[in-house]
Amino acid sequence: MTGVGPVILAQADYPEAMGTITLAHYLFVSGAMFALGLIGFLTRRNMIIMFLCTELMFQAAGLALIAFSRYHLDHTGQTFVIFVLTVAAAEAAMALALVILLFRKRESLSTEDWTEMSG
Amino acid sequence: MLNGTTSILGTTLAGVAQHAPESSHGLVEAAGHGAQAVSVGAAWIGWIVLLPVIGCVMAGLAAALKINSKLPAWITVGCLGGAFAVTLTMFLGFDSIAGGDAFVVHIYDWINVSWIGAGGEPQALVANIGFYVDKLTILWMLFVTGLGTLIALYASEYMAHDVGAGYCRFFAAFNLFVVSMSCLVMADNLILLYLGWEGVGLCSYLLIGYFYKKPSAVAAAKKAFIVNRIGDLGLSLGIYLTFVHFGTVQYSELFASDALQGYLAAAGSGDFAAIPATAQWIALLMMVGAFGKSAQLPLYVWLPDAMEGPTPVSALIHAATMVTAGVFLIARVYPLFLASEYALPTVAWVGTLTALLAATIGMAQFDIKRIMAYSTVSQLGYMFAGLGMLTTTGAAFHVLTHAFFKALLFLCCGAVMHGFAGQLDLRKLSGVAWMKGWGIVGVAMLVGCMNLSGLPYITSGFYSKDMILAEAFVTPGYAAIGWILVFTAGLTAYYTFRVFFRVFVGPRYFEPGDEHHADEHSDLGEHGHTEGDGHAALAHGHDAHDHAHGGFHPHPPGWVINLVLAVLALCSIGAIGLAYIETDHHGWVGSMIGESSAAYHSPYAEAAHHAHVEGVEAHAVSGPAGSGTPSGLFGMDAHTAMIYISGGVAILGVLLAAFFHGPVGIQGLLLGGRREAATCRMDRVARLFGPIPRWAENKWYVDEFYHAVLVTPLRVIAHLCHLFDKFVIDGIVDGAGKLPRALASLVRPSQSGQLQGYAAGMVGGIAVLLFVAAIIVLIGGGS
Repeated sequence: MTGVGPVILAQADYPEAMGTITLAHYLFVSGAMFALGLIGFLTRRNMIIMFLCTELMFQAAGLALIAFSRYHLDHTGQTFVIFVLTVAAAEAAMALALVILLFRKRESLSTEDWTEMSG
Repeated sequence: MLNGTTSILGTTLAGVAQHAPESSHGLVEAAGHGAQAVSVGAAWIGWIVLLPVIGCVMAGLAAALKINSKLPAWITVGCLGGAFAVTLTMFLGFDSIAGGDAFVVHIYDWINVSWIGAGGEPQALVANIGFYVDKLTILWMLFVTGLGTLIALYASEYMAHDVGAGYCRFFAAFNLFVVSMSCLVMADNLILLYLGWEGVGLCSYLLIGYFYKKPSAVAAAKKAFIVNRIGDLGLSLGIYLTFVHFGTVQYSELFASDALQGYLAAAGSGDFAAIPATAQWIALLMMVGAFGKSAQLPLYVWLPDAMEGPTPVSALIHAATMVTAGVFLIARVYPLFLASEYALPTVAWVGTLTALLAATIGMAQFDIKRIMAYSTVSQLGYMFAGLGMLTTTGAAFHVLTHAFFKALLFLCCGAVMHGFAGQLDLRKLSGVAWMKGWGIVGVAMLVGCMNLSGLPYITSGFYSKDMILAEAFVTPGYAAIGWILVFTAGLTAYYTFRVFFRVFVGPRYFEPGDEHHADEHSDLGEHGHTEGDGHAALAHGHDAHDHAHGGFHPHPPGWVINLVLAVLALCSIGAIGLAYIETDHHGWVGSMIGESSAAYHSPYAEAAHHAHVEGVEAHAVSGPAGSGTPSGLFGMDAHTAMIYISGGVAILGVLLAAFFHGPVGIQGLLLGGRREAATCRMDRVARLFGPIPRWAENKWYVDEFYHAVLVTPLRVIAHLCHLFDKFVIDGIVDGAGKLPRALASLVRPSQSGQLQGYAAGMVGGIAVLLFVAAIIVLIGGGS
């Protein structure tokens, strides 16, 4: 483990009570969120719901990244998550705009009504 | 029969070899003529070709500028007149340019390649843009440019209904034709000649297809071009063999080459075995080219169809000049023909049979322009017979007189066609010469018909035809040809005057054709005619008058057409004089040919000629293969006999035509019995012959025969090729395109457009990847 000096010290100061929540807990929550998002994405037809499900999967991944970041005492993961959040926010703005446009066009957001890309 | 004449040719030539030292027309000396050709810097001769080039470009520019007047015609007349003037200057100044010898004018280098041959010796192919000028060149150029000018003048009025883009197109092609023809005639090498040869073929194609919206004209243009290709193949192979064998395509080097001189000496002693087969094949191949261009058997079929073109084109290209290119070719390379055992006898027989066949077809046609077309084929046959029987002078003289009188005849037919809205059927016209304004056409037609018939003493056609006919009787072995040609001369007189008696004299009557032009409608206004049914007055009989047809008024030719006809008629008569000057050299044409590459007279011809001129007994000509006196006929020398025989046959033909087709009274020479346009005594006579007249009218079904034997099989092959292309070649090409599509169709259903489907696929894919990764890790961890 190649950490930087002060960060290693900070590990020692970590509150003892939090120590009972291990990396596995975080990963379990993250995995559950991802699974919920994936199931939602695959089973629902409403684009907004599906979009929210993708956000859920995003955040699941983000949670895992932060957990690993803390576990490894490496800031890279957290930094990465900040970017992911930013991108996700921008993307949400655009995706919602698209969803609105699609709705205006056909008064429907069901993916079954939007199959123009079939081969 | 061919073998018989061949051996005679050997003897004939043998005689020449003996005569050569004492005769000014000796074979060796004549062929050596080219050796004296010197190169001179008389580049002004290039204007003969350049002026029509300028005319062509300016006519093209006129089209681009949308000139809507007769300007292109006047430009053409000016340019061609200029070219004629330069030709005339060249003719008059010929003796002063190179001391009376043939000369070569080098304009610029065109093809000039040299290399080291397989045997290490240097070789070169030189074909420059340059002109070989001897008196044969001058003779041809004089009538090409002269007639070109006159006929362009005629066309300025004839084509007036088409002023605008069509008018420019016509005169551009017309100029281009003169350029190509000059190239062909004046070239100093065979390759430039070939360029001109193809050029005139192209112009012929363009001008036959002038009315390109008319399917028959388009078909005729294609037919002319394709049939000519067959001949052109022969010519191109002949040129190739010339180069391979003699190592040069330039006339001056070719005629002076030791090889050719050696062959001529061998031919002179009848020893054709000493001449390599390659050298003998050259003439046979070039002969095929000449047969194609000059419409001889078996390639004559394109010329009658070529009458679909405008009449000035028929007159200039398909009667007077282009079709004589074959005669010119043979005359130009005459030494090569002399060095070939079978070429000249073949030429003589093909020409004779063509003359006879075309005359029989011409007798049964009803379209006056077609009759003239078949008579052209027939007269060209006479020229070839003349060439084959060793009288280049006779052939060239006939080319010259024929150019005048046949152009005249065509232009008269054109005037009729122009005035009667395209009517050419001799059953639907009568008494044209008596209609108001048609007098000059009538007289010109009479002059033309007399010349074509060869009426004795008063026509130039008589003198030129006589020279060929007499030659057949003075040269042993050719008497059969002579009698066939005499018989054909009778047929010629008959079918020619058939046209004259039917169309130009007799009760006035006409039915207009179906080509109504804008200017005719203006005529209608002027004359107060009402727009009615043009055929309303068809029922009336022989008391027809000029205004018979309520909706149509024939317009007589204007002064331009009349002027051209008058000039040509005078030329046709004036050409008689050519036979009476320079009699020592067989007339003026003989004096011209005598100083050219075609210079050659058989000793028989010489002896007979002197006998005729001097009125003495022909002296015997002896050769190694035997001796003989030029055969006389009925105790006279051949020329005198021929005056009676061919003159008598011509008059008999005219009288027969008068009896069968002439109108009652003095107009039919008191023999005729025709009282109306459509019927005559011949109708009853024709019935006696059963289906034969109909066969002749249908051209002996030669076209149908060619169609069955050549065209249809070729079409079947072409169709098979098309099917192969369509199904096999296209199948492979299309298959290459269809294969990826077929493969794609296997996986295309996965692209359902359903978002969930893609997502499931992605999840499944990742699951598989993870599963594989897990197995790898587990196995890796286990080991």
